[in-house]
Amino acid sequence: MESNAFYVALSLLLNLDATLFQIVALSLQVSLLAVLIAAVLGFPLGAAVALWHFPGRGGIIVALNALMGLPPVVAGLTVYLLLSRAGPLGEWGLLFTPSAMVIAQVVLVLPILAALSRQKVEELLGEYREQFISLGMSRSRMMPTLLWDARFALLTVLLAGFGRASAEVGAVMMVGGNIDGVTRVMTTAIVLETSKGDLPLALGLGIVLLALVMLINAGAYLLGEAAKRRIG
Amino acid sequence: MKTTCALILAGVTSMGLAASAFADDYITLASTTSTENSGLFDAILPQFENATGIKVRVVAVGTGQAFEIARRGDADTLLVHDTAGEQRFVENGYASERADVMYNDFVVIGPTDDPANVRDAKNAAEAFAAIAEAEEPFASRGDDSGTNRAELRLWENAGVEPNGSWYRELGSGMGPTLNTAAAMDAYVMSDRATWVAFENRQNLTLLFEGDEVLFNQYGSLLLSEEKHPHLKQDLAEQWHKWLVSEQGQQAIADFTVDGQQLFFPNAR
Repeated sequence: MESNAFYVALSLLLNLDATLFQIVALSLQVSLLAVLIAAVLGFPLGAAVALWHFPGRGGIIVALNALMGLPPVVAGLTVYLLLSRAGPLGEWGLLFTPSAMVIAQVVLVLPILAALSRQKVEELLGEYREQFISLGMSRSRMMPTLLWDARFALLTVLLAGFGRASAEVGAVMMVGGNIDGVTRVMTTAIVLETSKGDLPLALGLGIVLLALVMLINAGAYLLGEAAKRRIG
Repeated sequence: MKTTCALILAGVTSMGLAASAFADDYITLASTTSTENSGLFDAILPQFENATGIKVRVVAVGTGQAFEIARRGDADTLLVHDTAGEQRFVENGYASERADVMYNDFVVIGPTDDPANVRDAKNAAEAFAAIAEAEEPFASRGDDSGTNRAELRLWENAGVEPNGSWYRELGSGMGPTLNTAAAMDAYVMSDRATWVAFENRQNLTLLFEGDEVLFNQYGSLLLSEEKHPHLKQDLAEQWHKWLVSEQGQQAIADFTVDGQQLFFPNAR
């Protein structure tokens, strides 16, 4: 059966099936946008926690670290209850749309990006501290410098976040509803085919998803290597 | 911080707009996994869309969850199979109308060698009693779906309280339950549609069918604007009416898998 799944995956890719293409495109759109939004919020948040010392800082660090393990279905349920018509944000009418899926994935990815970037920035701050003090730099001026100089480490953090987003199924299933042509992504399509008992097709879709994620990781790796070489 | 918030909102709403721009006229239908998994919607929705220009977005869940989605105002219409629950929904004011649409039936599935001897049962009560008597593994949906509710009624009919290590509540949809039953060689009750379209049967086979109590009625519910004013009742009503119209009923009758008709229209 496994060889059958590889055959299915190959023929899916070679036939450039329009439905598959749409599902893949939506998966990428949702997860990449979620990671982008989470990065815009999470990196400054992580850097801020690394730089400033304030009461409750330890609590925030513990919370961010713990939330890295937030079960997707819990994130999904929370966003579901918020966006449902009976919920506080019901008027927006976002439930069962791609936007809802992006929001749920931001909730999942944000703690990962914030917690890991906090750690990377803190490490770098240890190295740079003397220099910063001699230059008399304020903390808010340090933040962009630290984030920029940590960019290669942060790229890996970004990929970890993307991995989480593109692999999860519980949250997008719940808030997206797996609607054909509207909110069906790779992972929810795999669940659907599994429930139909079409295991070769389900595994074939899994292989396509894996190949896609590998391609993105390879691209990021090459980009990072090329940039490092330019810097020397 | 303000600018990042604005950026998020802009990004999110632009996606929301992109999603709604090409589908102005759509309704959200909460329905059961059995109708979705069998392929019924792929067959009949294009016909409805051609006739009316309305797209139907199907969220396929268990009947219990479908009711909950509707109660919260997140669907415009329901197509489910729990007549008693549907009637309560109308009485409680969540739905303004209910109509019989179609039926199929439940079948008892089990391992081919049939250790509980379900094949020889004269009726469904006997079949269920035989499984309990033999204490052979039985995979139950355990998810408050229409099928789960029907199964629990059948145990009651058989005079059996289903518990013990042989009775396994899986808490999953029909397809996953069949997958699990296939893996552990268990007995399982399924709606015929999901069973016929199911492809991972392994050692499972159909053992018992045909008793009247296994009848499985599907009903359409038009949800009430009184509870949720934002519902697209005009569009949903067209769908509700189309399902019981001659054209809709014919579309349901024409749907077959491997030459076998899976749903039998019976609107009155």
